[in-house]
Amino acid sequence: MAIFLTGESRVMIQGITGSEGSKHGRRMLAAGTTVVGGTNPRKAGQTVDLGGAQAPVFGTVAETMAATGADVSVVFVPPAGTKSAVMEAIDAAIPLVVVITEGIPVHDTAQFWAYACAHQNATRIVGPNCPGIASPGKSNAGIIPADITTQGRIGLVSKSGTLTYQMMYELRDIGFSTAVGIGGDPVIGTTHIDCLQAFQDDPGTDAIVMIGEIGGDAEERAAAYVEQHITKPVVAYVAGFTAPEGKTMGHAGAIVSGSSGTAQAKKEALEKVGVRVGRTPSETALLVREIMQRR
Amino acid sequence: MDLFEHQAKELFAEYGVPVPRGSLARTPEEAREIAAGFAAAGTPRVVVKAQVKTGGRGKAGGVKVAEGPDEAQARAHDILGMDIKGHTVHTVLVEEASDIAQEYYLSFLLDRAARTFVSICSVQGGMEIEEVAHSNPGAVAQIPIDPLAGVDAAKAAEIVAAGQLPEQALPGAATLAERLWAVFADEDATLVEVNPLILTADGRVVALDGKVTLDDNAAYRQEHARFADPSAADPLEARAKAKHLNYVKLDGEVGIIGNGAGLVMSTLDVVAQAGEAFGGIRPANFLDIGGGASAEVMADGLEIVLSDGSVRSVLVNVFGGITSCDAVANGIVSALGMLATRGEQVTHPIVVRLDGNNAAQGRRILAEAGLAVVEQVDTMDDAARRAAELAAAGHPAVAPATGA
Repeated sequence: MAIFLTGESRVMIQGITGSEGSKHGRRMLAAGTTVVGGTNPRKAGQTVDLGGAQAPVFGTVAETMAATGADVSVVFVPPAGTKSAVMEAIDAAIPLVVVITEGIPVHDTAQFWAYACAHQNATRIVGPNCPGIASPGKSNAGIIPADITTQGRIGLVSKSGTLTYQMMYELRDIGFSTAVGIGGDPVIGTTHIDCLQAFQDDPGTDAIVMIGEIGGDAEERAAAYVEQHITKPVVAYVAGFTAPEGKTMGHAGAIVSGSSGTAQAKKEALEKVGVRVGRTPSETALLVREIMQRR
Repeated sequence: MDLFEHQAKELFAEYGVPVPRGSLARTPEEAREIAAGFAAAGTPRVVVKAQVKTGGRGKAGGVKVAEGPDEAQARAHDILGMDIKGHTVHTVLVEEASDIAQEYYLSFLLDRAARTFVSICSVQGGMEIEEVAHSNPGAVAQIPIDPLAGVDAAKAAEIVAAGQLPEQALPGAATLAERLWAVFADEDATLVEVNPLILTADGRVVALDGKVTLDDNAAYRQEHARFADPSAADPLEARAKAKHLNYVKLDGEVGIIGNGAGLVMSTLDVVAQAGEAFGGIRPANFLDIGGGASAEVMADGLEIVLSDGSVRSVLVNVFGGITSCDAVANGIVSALGMLATRGEQVTHPIVVRLDGNNAAQGRRILAEAGLAVVEQVDTMDDAARRAAELAAAGHPAVAPATGA
C-alpha cells in the first residue's frame, strides 16, 4: 500500500513540452509510472517524446482527463503561470496536483489554496516548491530520483528535497511505502499533519519519518497531532539549528522570526510528545532502522 | 525584503495612505535644511527618526522631537551613526511633528498556519502588538481575509470596527485600511504594519510609522529592486548574488558547499555539533549550489567561500539525487583547475563527501585526480568532524597542489 499515489495512478504533466516537464516525464515513465500525457495550450495535438514513448499533448487539464483518465497532475510550469495552471486543475476537479515549481509569489499560492478550499478541497495540492511524491515500485510523481531506494514499509514526509533523498538512500535496504515532499514555501497545500494522518491509516506503513526545518510552526502543530492521533512510531529530524534570525536559508519559508520558528522549539515540541528526534540525518536513519528491526 | 520606514511611507503615499510630510537626511546639515523648510512653512516642530530595520528605536533613543532647524541638526548628529541592536544608523527621516490625539494599530500579514491573509487591528497602538495581545487580548482583533476577495470598503469598515476604534476615527481608518490592503496586495507584500495609526487633534487618520516586508519570489513582476539597500548587504553575499548563488554569510571557520537547501542547513548543524569537540568551530556560511553542480557553479562557489577570510577548511557535501556524483566530482576537479587559472590557487583543505547516485564513480574520479587539497570522507557525520578538525588545526593541513 501507499498514500496519495499508487500503482493505479494515471499521471499527467502540466508543462509537458518544457525542458523540465519532458525530462522528468521521461524519468517518471522509466520509474514505472503510468504517464498518460500532458498539457500545453499552444501545442495541443502534438506529442512529446518521453524516451521512445510518445505522450499526447492536450490544450487543457479537463481534455487530458477525458481522453486519458488522468487522476494526478504534476505541474512544471514557470512561476508566472503556476497560479492559473493550478486553478485550471482545480476547475477540472483532478484529485491530486503536485506543484514542483519553485519561486511562486506567496500571494499566488494563497489564492490557489483559497480556490481549492472554495471547491471543497476536491483537489489535493502537494507543494509548491517540492520534489513531489514517490511510492517506490509503484509510481513517481515529481522529481524524486526513483533509483535511490526500494519499496518497503516506512512512510516519509519532508519539507526538504535533498534531505528526503538522503533519508531514502540511507534506508534503501528497508524501503519506503511513500515519500511525500511537501515543500519549503511559507504556504503549502498538503501538510505534515495530512501525511501523518494518511500514513496512520495506511496498512502498508509501519513507521513514519518526519523531516522539518526552521520557519513557521508546522512541526509544533504536527507534534500536537502525533500526541492525539498517531499510534505508529514517529521519528523526526529538524534542520536549521545554526540559522541566524531573519535570514532566509534557501527555502522561501525557512526563516527564523524573533523567537518563533526555531529548530530548538520544534525539536522540544516533538520530543515532548515522545517523538524521537535525530541529531543528524544519519542518526535519524539509525533510529528508524532500530524501530523497523524490532518489528 | 524588509523596507526602511521612509521607503514604506513612500509606498504608502503612492497608494494614497496618509503619512506625515518628511524627507530623508544623511547628514546633520541635511536634517537642518529639511527642518528649516518645515519652519518656513509654519511647522517648526519636527521628529528626527533613525532609519534602521529593527524595532525598539524609540527606547534606544533613535526617535527625537526637535523644535526648529538647530535642534533638528543636533538630534540628527546624536542619532546618525548610533548602533541600534546591531544596526548602524546611516540615515534619519525628518518629519513634521503630528498632534496625536489617539494611537491605534493596523496591519495585514500572511498567516502561515491558516494559509491565508489576516488583518490585525487594535484601539491600543504605539506599543508592541504582541504585548497588547498578551496583556489585553480582548483589545486585539484578528480578521481573516479571503485572498481571492481581498478587502473592499465593507471589509475595511468591518476591520476597523472589530478593532474597536472610536466613532470619530472609523471613516478615516476604513479608507486608510482599504488603501493599505492595496499596498499589501498590489506590491506582493507579506506584511504591512502601521503602528501607531493615529487620530490627530484635527480629526485626521494618519500612518505615523510603517513597516513593510516584500516577497522576494515576486521580484520578477514588481519594481522592488529600487528598495534594495546595497550598503547593508554583506560584500560576499552581494558577490554571490551577482553569480546567482544562494549564499548566506555566517561567522564560523568551516566553509560549506552543498546541494539542496535542507541538506545544506543540516550540514551547518552537523558541522556546529562536530565543532564543539574542537573548541567551538562553526560553519562559515550557507551555500546551496542547487541541482546542477556544474564545474563553473562549483568554481564560483569555492571562490566565494574561500574569499571569506575566516574560512580555514571547506566541506563539500553533495547527495547525488538527480545530479550524479561523477558529474559533481568532475565539477570539483575542473573547478580547482579553473581557480588555478584565475590565479587563485586553493591551499585550504577541502573535505568532500559524495553519496547517492554514482557515488563510487565520483569518488574514484576525485581519487584519481590526485588533488592534494582534497580529502574524501564517506559519511556526512565523519566529513563534518574532519572538516571541523582541519579548521581547528588553523592552517592548511596539506601542501599546495604544486608540491604533489
